[in-house]
Amino acid sequence: MKQMKTTELPRWATGFVLPVLNLLSALLVAALVIHLLGESPVESMKILVNSAIVNPEGLAYTLFYASTFIFTGLAVSIAMKAGLFNIGAEGQMYFGGLGLTLTVLAFDHTLSPWLLIPLAMLGSALFGALWAFLPGYLQAKRGSHVVVTTIMFNFIAASLMNFIIVKYLIPEGEQNPASRVFAESAALPTLNTWFPMFGDTPLNIGLPVAIVALVVYGVMVSRSSWGYQLRATGLNQHAAHYAGVRISRMIVVAMLISGALAGLAAVNSVMGSTHYLSLNFPAGAGFVGIAIALMGRQHPVGIFLSSVLFGALIQGGFDLSLEKPNIPVETFVFIQGLIILFCGAMENFYAPAVLKLINATRKG
Amino acid sequence: MQPAVEFRNISKAFGPVQANADVSFTIAKGSIHGVIGENGAGKSTLMSILYGYYHADSGQLLIDGQARQIRNSQEAIDLGIGMVHQHFMLVENMTVLDNVMLGTEGGFKLAKKRGEVEAKLREICTRYRLDVDPLATIHDLSVGAQQRVEILKQIYRSANILILDEPTAVLTAQETASLFEILRLFKDQGKTIILITHKLQEIMDITDQVTVLRAGRVSGAVSTLETSKEQLANMMVGRPIEGNLPRKPFSPGAPVLSVSQLQLKDANGVQLLGDIDLNVRAGEIVAIAGVSGNGQSELMEILAGMRLPTSGQVELDGKLLPFGRRANADGLPATFRNLGIGHVPEDRLRDGVIKDFSVMQNTVFGYQDRVKNRWGLFDFEAIAKRCAHLLQAFDVRPNNPDLRIGLLSGGNQQKVVIAREVSAQPKLMLVGQPTRGVDIGTIESIHTQLLRLRDEGVAILLVSVELEEVRALADRIVVMSGGRITGELNIDEFDTTRIGLLMGGMHKS
Repeated sequence: MKQMKTTELPRWATGFVLPVLNLLSALLVAALVIHLLGESPVESMKILVNSAIVNPEGLAYTLFYASTFIFTGLAVSIAMKAGLFNIGAEGQMYFGGLGLTLTVLAFDHTLSPWLLIPLAMLGSALFGALWAFLPGYLQAKRGSHVVVTTIMFNFIAASLMNFIIVKYLIPEGEQNPASRVFAESAALPTLNTWFPMFGDTPLNIGLPVAIVALVVYGVMVSRSSWGYQLRATGLNQHAAHYAGVRISRMIVVAMLISGALAGLAAVNSVMGSTHYLSLNFPAGAGFVGIAIALMGRQHPVGIFLSSVLFGALIQGGFDLSLEKPNIPVETFVFIQGLIILFCGAMENFYAPAVLKLINATRKG
Repeated sequence: MQPAVEFRNISKAFGPVQANADVSFTIAKGSIHGVIGENGAGKSTLMSILYGYYHADSGQLLIDGQARQIRNSQEAIDLGIGMVHQHFMLVENMTVLDNVMLGTEGGFKLAKKRGEVEAKLREICTRYRLDVDPLATIHDLSVGAQQRVEILKQIYRSANILILDEPTAVLTAQETASLFEILRLFKDQGKTIILITHKLQEIMDITDQVTVLRAGRVSGAVSTLETSKEQLANMMVGRPIEGNLPRKPFSPGAPVLSVSQLQLKDANGVQLLGDIDLNVRAGEIVAIAGVSGNGQSELMEILAGMRLPTSGQVELDGKLLPFGRRANADGLPATFRNLGIGHVPEDRLRDGVIKDFSVMQNTVFGYQDRVKNRWGLFDFEAIAKRCAHLLQAFDVRPNNPDLRIGLLSGGNQQKVVIAREVSAQPKLMLVGQPTRGVDIGTIESIHTQLLRLRDEGVAILLVSVELEEVRALADRIVVMSGGRITGELNIDEFDTTRIGLLMGGMHKS
């Protein structure tokens, strides 16, 4: 009777065919731009794939970036499941970095890595959650939209961290706006200890931890009573209230978990690579999380694959700009934007065509 | 005389679903023509074809004797076809005048002056006795008045053929009566009216001719004078409807629900419920009759824990329900459910189900904490087993637990909700508008389930705006008007006139 909707598409189509088509479209436009810049798209693609996937060290970097993105992707995803668009993963990750740093600075000369690393993770999760609490609370109790509040909290976090780092964390006599370098005990064990082919890369235990987080997320969201209530809240608050869900509490809790996950994203980059807290260390990872949540459709496997993709784009894009002087480093940001456009804003662009195709093959 | 509209062998399919198959009938000029059928019988599709939303796969459409291809609604309007949708197409924060002018601007500069249009509207209102102020803002108008604006809009655009899609679904009895008066006036002016409805009484009251659709085909075409409600119902569902459903003799047990001095005021201090005293005994169906919007919904929400009363007490099995000094009703529905209150909400899609969840997931909705293991995880095997049993026992079609419930028909969605609430074995069952938007075949099966529940000794409080339903189910009838109980009668005292008066707020004197 009514117009057929994308939801009538089988799950393999919405979950796989559409994202792939969207991604291909984004890459096609990117190829066109590369062509306009006077470089060969095919050759550029080869360089990109080679340096990001085929080369083991390149792959290690790809996965290193992906480990951070998995956490920010999860952060945005879990809020999205509750119907909340958390734009603030960037700020929460930044503030999580502060929690981590304070813990490490306090204990890195006294505690063993076995205690210090979990404690620092706890610190980052706690501070991330703290930064998400107020937007969540205001949404639940006052109806202030999280999109607005979390954006503002990103700016507040940036200014606050600027102040804290410059005023309190710069070691005496230093000029560089960063904390002191952590002791060896705060460095995350790198995976090249077990997999020597990864060479001298920062890929660390953050990756397996992120995969565990993905599994826990998947189980909690789709197999637990709590996740069921979370999804119900996201889809229809009236019905969720009818079903006995405490809506305000659910919103606050979802934002706390979202913030904690964003905070945890700081662990990989701060304790796995730089080993000190620096100004603006998240470098947009929180925003990439939005793209990942949209493209991965908040599904653990989707989040993993999109995280790897974005990791590969950073790694490959970096090498590409080194080899092809006509292609600037910012190309990655550009492709990222295209992917958000095609996978987010134009999510169902190909749905009618795919539906037609399916119907045609069924008839024939 | 040429017929106003003629459908010739119209067929339309959506994928595998044949919405209209070989539909042929004519609609005489200057008549009121009823089109009836169950949900999904193809009424809306057929009208959408006439109004240019859809194109028929095959067949011909004749307007005033001429074959026409109506490609979009603008062409339909140009041919003098107007449609009043079930959900009004009005801009809420604009005036009646602006709404009428919308779509007839005629370029950058308005084609006609507001004053001219206003004068024309006032003239139409007088001629057709439409009680509408052209300068009123839409959201200040009652639902009935909004509908009159829709009609006004069509007349202004000089529609000669007016399609009304379930126009009385949202109207009170009085508003319905005045709508019918307008339609008769319309007919007297030589205009043609197509009335789509599933209410047999309305067909009998106002139409000249009726076409019945079943499963996309014409299953009957009769003149209203020569038919009866029973015959129409048979043509609609393809089998006779049971008159009286079997029930055990009335022997109520102890009071299960006792409401005393319940009051509810909204944020502005307006009284929504006043001095409600009510009790329901085990094995008894108490039906609250009344025009919708007279406090029934609020009362049910309070009893289900979805809303807090301003004052008053509610006892379940002699124990006070824990409204306490709570600041809000967050989570209270779960508490009430655990105390043994089942609730079939009147707005199924808003409250009762999650459209995007599967049928199976919806069978545990509200009971999600009863199907988890000690780790808080769902026991999917048990849920699937229970779901399979429920779908079988309540004859949910299609019997597919993995389908999104939003894809089921209204009647089958309702069966899932009722199955879920019944299977929790409540002491008290709150049932709001159980057959709203449900087709006739399903109504009977829902009524049978509710009567069985009563026979098993459950106390049932029913809210219904359909007197037929009240008569079919109730042991006792309570009438509400203006947020108060205006009267109470036993089923053997059932008297439409008296109930009608009570519904209108006349206390028995």
